[in-house]
Amino acid sequence: MAILYIDGQPYEISAGSNILHAVLSHKLDLPYFCWHPALGSVGACRLCAVKQFRDADDTRGRLVMACLTPADNARISINDPDARSFRKSVIEWLMANHPHDCPICDEGGECHLQDMTLMTGHCAREHRFPKRTYRNQYLGPLINHEMNRCIQCYRCVRFYNDYAGGDDLQAFASRDRVYFGRQRDGVLESEFSGNLVEVCPTGVFTDKTLKQHYTRKWDLQTAPSVCVHCSLGCNIIPGERYGQLRRVRNRYNHEVNGYFLCDRGRYGYEFVNSDRRLRSPFLRQDGAELAPVAVDEALQRAGAMLTGSAGVVGIGSPRASLEANFALRVLAGPERFFSGMAPEEDRLVGTALAILQTGPARAPSLADVAQADAVLVLGEDVTNTAPMLALQLRQAVRRQPSQVAYDMGIPEWNDAAVREIVQGQRGPLFIATPAATKLDDVATQTYRAAPDDLARLGFAVAHALDPAAPPVPDLPDELQTLAAQIAGALAGASRPLVVGGVSLGSEAALQAAASVARALCRDDRTAELCLVLPECNSLGAALLGGGDLAAAAETLRSGAADTLVVLENDLFRRADAASVEALLSAAKHVIVIDHLANETSGRADLVLPAATFAEGDGTLVNNEGRAQRFYQVFVPEGAIQESWRWVRDLLRAAGRTAEAPWETQDEIIGALAQAQPELAPIAELAPPADFRVVGAKIPRQQHRYSGRTAMLANITVHEPRPPDDPDSPLAFSMEGLLLQAPPPLITEFWSPGWNSAQAINKFQSEVGGPLHGGALGRRLIEPGRAEAAISATVPPAFEPREGALLAVPLHHIFGSEELSVLTPGIHELAPQPYLALSPADAEGLGVVEGDPLALAPAEDGGSLSPEAGGLVARLLPSLPRGVVGVPAGLPGLAGVRAGGWCRVRRVLEERTP
Amino acid sequence: MERPLTKNIRPGAEPLDLRGYEAAGGYQALRKALLQMTPAEVQEEVKQAGLRGRGGAGFPTGVKWSIVPSGSDAPRPKYFVVNADEMEPGTFKDRLLLEGDPHQLIEGALLGAYAIEADVVYIFLRWEYRRAAKLLERAIAEAYAAGYIGRGVLGTDRRVEMYIHISAGRYICGEETALLNALEGKRATPRAKPPFPQTSGLFGKPTIVNNVETVCNVPHIINNGAAWFKGLSQSEDSGTKIYGVSGKVRRPGAWELPMGITLRELIEEHAGGMRDGVRFRGALPGGASTDFLVEEHLDVKLDYGSVQAAGSRLGTGNVIVLDDGTCPVGMVRNLEHFFAQESCGWCTPCRDGLPWTEKVLAAIEEGRGQSRDLGRLELHTKLLGPGNTFCAFAPGAMEPLQSALKYFRDDFERHIREARCPWR
Repeated sequence: MAILYIDGQPYEISAGSNILHAVLSHKLDLPYFCWHPALGSVGACRLCAVKQFRDADDTRGRLVMACLTPADNARISINDPDARSFRKSVIEWLMANHPHDCPICDEGGECHLQDMTLMTGHCAREHRFPKRTYRNQYLGPLINHEMNRCIQCYRCVRFYNDYAGGDDLQAFASRDRVYFGRQRDGVLESEFSGNLVEVCPTGVFTDKTLKQHYTRKWDLQTAPSVCVHCSLGCNIIPGERYGQLRRVRNRYNHEVNGYFLCDRGRYGYEFVNSDRRLRSPFLRQDGAELAPVAVDEALQRAGAMLTGSAGVVGIGSPRASLEANFALRVLAGPERFFSGMAPEEDRLVGTALAILQTGPARAPSLADVAQADAVLVLGEDVTNTAPMLALQLRQAVRRQPSQVAYDMGIPEWNDAAVREIVQGQRGPLFIATPAATKLDDVATQTYRAAPDDLARLGFAVAHALDPAAPPVPDLPDELQTLAAQIAGALAGASRPLVVGGVSLGSEAALQAAASVARALCRDDRTAELCLVLPECNSLGAALLGGGDLAAAAETLRSGAADTLVVLENDLFRRADAASVEALLSAAKHVIVIDHLANETSGRADLVLPAATFAEGDGTLVNNEGRAQRFYQVFVPEGAIQESWRWVRDLLRAAGRTAEAPWETQDEIIGALAQAQPELAPIAELAPPADFRVVGAKIPRQQHRYSGRTAMLANITVHEPRPPDDPDSPLAFSMEGLLLQAPPPLITEFWSPGWNSAQAINKFQSEVGGPLHGGALGRRLIEPGRAEAAISATVPPAFEPREGALLAVPLHHIFGSEELSVLTPGIHELAPQPYLALSPADAEGLGVVEGDPLALAPAEDGGSLSPEAGGLVARLLPSLPRGVVGVPAGLPGLAGVRAGGWCRVRRVLEERTP
Repeated sequence: MERPLTKNIRPGAEPLDLRGYEAAGGYQALRKALLQMTPAEVQEEVKQAGLRGRGGAGFPTGVKWSIVPSGSDAPRPKYFVVNADEMEPGTFKDRLLLEGDPHQLIEGALLGAYAIEADVVYIFLRWEYRRAAKLLERAIAEAYAAGYIGRGVLGTDRRVEMYIHISAGRYICGEETALLNALEGKRATPRAKPPFPQTSGLFGKPTIVNNVETVCNVPHIINNGAAWFKGLSQSEDSGTKIYGVSGKVRRPGAWELPMGITLRELIEEHAGGMRDGVRFRGALPGGASTDFLVEEHLDVKLDYGSVQAAGSRLGTGNVIVLDDGTCPVGMVRNLEHFFAQESCGWCTPCRDGLPWTEKVLAAIEEGRGQSRDLGRLELHTKLLGPGNTFCAFAPGAMEPLQSALKYFRDDFERHIREARCPWR
């Protein structure tokens, strides 16, 4: 603690901070542009000028920039007339060229420049000369560029390049012609480009998806939510207007995503508005096509199916909430409830859970990841499987070299100075993956090999760290050296981190990552183990238990049950078509509850329309084991309701009302907590539905929300009563108090005078710290000390086979995930189906880049998909010999089993010269 | 009168090659330093000599060197950078030294590098100085071949490398930290201080940046000692100074003279006085970013302290003379056009404030001035003052403007009143 005197008053502040940080942490207003809590200070905009006095006797003082001036024991004035007039002048200079089009600007109402202009009081234009204009660029389907609005704060390039590791957005030219853009028009290459929308203090970079169905920011109905597009569980604020989801914005969570999101998370929301949405029940009668039916009739038919059935098999889903899966487990019974994962994935996710529950290494939050000072990534292409993890690893590699700057007395917030000292130095980061990754540019060493060889490297590192870990036989010398180098770096670090996961489909690689973490934890040392999982609730599904899809099929075939209920799960994405067909055919009746029509729902007898994350409440468990609640954003049209409500209605229709007494979210959570005590903390994630702030609910609509009385005037001139929300303390209304909401219930970050994303400062206990007033999310899993309950078998070295290639999945941030590809912009950025070959294998097959290929199981490869065609050859020099890279999740490739042996052949047709 | 810096320079003649330079006593200082003196002793001699930076800021060179971390645990490599990016309007003294005696600069740089135990020397050269680049390249090759640069200098175990870097050509590259960014291949924007380059400079390592003229003084100080160097001067500041004069004088040029001659001596004796038909009205004593001096200042000594006392700065010591046949508004407009154009664009007041002053000055000169314009200009001279901007560029840009508003106010007002330029 230190003291900062502001306008004569002493304030307690965190020692070592700068004046701007200290002032904002005390919730005082001081305008700024170029400073960003995550990016630090560079002193470019000169807006945060304050008067600093030498001591109590100094009355003259001098202007200093608050962001660049240490605050400890300083004496400053914010209200000093010189400081005020200088700040006003800064705005006046910026306004000399800024378009005066606020009323029609799409940033208006959420514009930091607008807020700062008002805060400084600049209002009369004295600059009588022409304004500068720029040419805008096409930056891809997700970001709009409008350079005339630019105020040259340099935040965009500092985020994009310095923080996120991009290099195709640059500052060009100089003087008052500085231009921020790409060398030429084109799609921004960074997976984090969407953050420019929030990092830019004005409307240079705006959300193109919002622009395509634009609405005023203050007209959005919003609620706290959680991203559903990967396993990290970043916190988001989706916004709705007229029944359409319009955009997603970052929701600050100190432990998880901080200030940023990846582009899949920000832009993947448009599936909610998709034409493929199911909005009413559908019924198949007498083998005809599925046709819409009324809810009553649907439930009546469902009742008939269920009561007449020999038993119900319930297939849950790792992309559905805990509540929905739990309800289905009640319907089917624990014996006949299945996780919804294919056998390999089910086993791997189960192993991951066991490692986290019993192993000694702690699963880090994303904030912890950024603090790691030595990292081994084993088998995960994190940029594509868990993008925000890649962003945090880029921060982690700065830890060790930054220490030199701190030792020189340069504080962390002095960003430019620290970067000048650090230059290109990076802390240890080792990446072992089958092919090159986008994080390789900051890696100390990379290793490219087949999954078994990656695992062997991991086991060798573990053995180097702990002689008790099994040795790796026949390890080549260079790998021995690499393993020793990695072991040395990890052992020498104060916060070593191992990143592993299941995306390769390799049990050995997963076990190897766990072994390294376990070896690091010997002798009571600590290490962190971050395991990347496939989906937003993979860990939650594993916690609920249940067998895999093969077991579900077996149960149906055995005759023990004949009715199948599939919850939010397109089985055709999880296994080869033949086995899914076999499973579905084994059931007399198939009921599907989902929000999108897909191949599985197309095979159902009855389809029930489920709520997406935006239309219902629920709880998800991320890869860290953190349970998080998402809240309904808006009331959907039609018969859509939460899946757990459909399951409840099925139970009641089947006459099992006593088993399904749940009317509200709180009640089903209570039942879940009671049924499974290890999940009981989810009841404490947020206040219950009867929580009130000064007697009122918390509004989902801002006080400036317009059209309340007019929106439905074409239907009725009587203002309708807002819909009830029995599930939460949030209201579909403007009424209530936003400012005093506890963190899990904050529907929007807004504070008087702060309409942009920068309002977050007002909600934090200290700038960059946790939100004021309580925790967000609860960790359900803490490390155990049980001795290796997991068997760690070192696999033999990978041997390429004659005439066959090993299938290795390659993941794509855009394309591999089921729901986000329904956003047109993301669909546009997704790759066309392809097969990746090493140049050597391609030569052996007589294949060149772009050749049409087909993929089929090798004779001895077990049950693989039938031949997949329509693929083109991509030569990937980083890929090892003997494997074929198969893009995960792309159409036509769902059934290719990772780790299976395949035949690849060129489809004979004339090559275009 | 001794002229150590220019003793080898003959107007119109090729500079001395290595043999000629050695015959004239060259590289003796380097030999003396490396074989008989410790780096600390070299630093001390320069400190005692009172050598101050000739780039314009006048910071004591020996003191600057002494801040560089030394000893075996100092970060490596260390860099010695010669700032030869002479882009100050009206300044051409470094060019004289670069083209006239390149080996002198090389020897000085090697001495400076030895004093701070630097491993690498960069000469950051103005893009337009093509002849200097060619001459320096040849001289460096000669010095490498003679064993003054490279591995095992003069039979010692010292190793030093030397490179020329030709600037892409921006005025801001002369600012020492922007220069370092440019040298690293980054945008030439200045850096925040602290950290100072002495501890974290080029590529984050300890670095000294010295002006060409400063560096050229070092061999002579080492050869002849601090007392001799002080004796060269007519004032408190030691040594000689290469003064220059441009404008409507009879003989524009540059001369090495004792530090501390008066402005009058310089203009009347060395530059031959004003041309026929024009009268002296004022002068910028040390480049475009210094305040005007006027008639009453003609007897001011041109040393750091005296010029400062007169309300300006010695700067580069290269004087631009304003005569009564030239419009002062037009002159200042021209200067502000230069500064607005050369702003790096990093901080708001400079990037957006300077173009505003330029536009106002243009309006006044072209007869579109308004009565409130002078207030707007004056406001800018205050708002763009030291500390308010990221570096000293914009405050420097305001110096000629603020002094012009003070000394030539009538001319500004007449432009506005008559809605035209009286000189046109």
